[in-house]
Amino acid sequence: MNTPIRETSDGTLAHGVFLFLLLLTLWLLLAGSLDPAELVAGATVSLVVTMISRPHLAIFTGLKLTPAAIPPFLSYLGLFMVELVRANLDMARRVLTPSLPLQPALVEVKTELQSPLGRLILANSITLTPGTLTVDVQEDRLLIHWVEVPPDLDSEKIAQAITQKFERHLKGFVK
Amino acid sequence: MRLLADLFLLVGAAFTLLGALGLVRMPDVYNRIQAGTKAVTLGALSLILGIGLLYPQWWSKLLVISLLILVTNPLGSSTIARALLMAGVAPWKKAEAKTPQESET
Repeated sequence: MNTPIRETSDGTLAHGVFLFLLLLTLWLLLAGSLDPAELVAGATVSLVVTMISRPHLAIFTGLKLTPAAIPPFLSYLGLFMVELVRANLDMARRVLTPSLPLQPALVEVKTELQSPLGRLILANSITLTPGTLTVDVQEDRLLIHWVEVPPDLDSEKIAQAITQKFERHLKGFVK
Repeated sequence: MRLLADLFLLVGAAFTLLGALGLVRMPDVYNRIQAGTKAVTLGALSLILGIGLLYPQWWSKLLVISLLILVTNPLGSSTIARALLMAGVAPWKKAEAKTPQESET
């Protein structure tokens, strides 16, 4: 995660509200009740934390906070879940095959996502998809360890296709 | 409901077992990370789902736990892999594995 975190505080008020709601939701989930006392305590703590940490949390400015960002987010979640299950079945097959079918290599791909948050989500998604592990992020290039590189095909192109599959959805809700 | 919960718990345990098996069988540290991360992430999520079906009153805390696992698990793996790469650990390649005894140790 070597992406330089830009210390710009160009986040809008909406990002502050988003952070506040995120913290409040976390508080209420952990408290496990909608008691008025819990609500007041949670809101107070969330507000204080938001005001203190707001200038340092540049990572959330990568979020697009518009209603149009919701469908891509949901379709991304769906894709992610499917890929996660596929990754596990794939890994289970490899581990259980006596001959251990492996042909690992490091492949470099480019990403179009600009924000640190977008790259973080992309890198995490790649790590949890079949046979790939993000090793390093340098500027807009991701170094990916691949369990089985197809021998005769252009591996860079295929890796790029994997990346773009996620990017298409991610672009909808992160910069 | 009880049966479904048991099923999820069983699947979670099975994937975690496969992850452990992967750690033993894989030839190098990068492949071990791959096997470990994926299997344990889904295994843990499946276990959490099973627990959630058994104890529905815990759903909120279980949700927070699963989100935390989903974010930190791959992130931790990537960070370990990156540290290894910077430390100069070269990934294992099949073509170079002329002495399989060595690569298996």
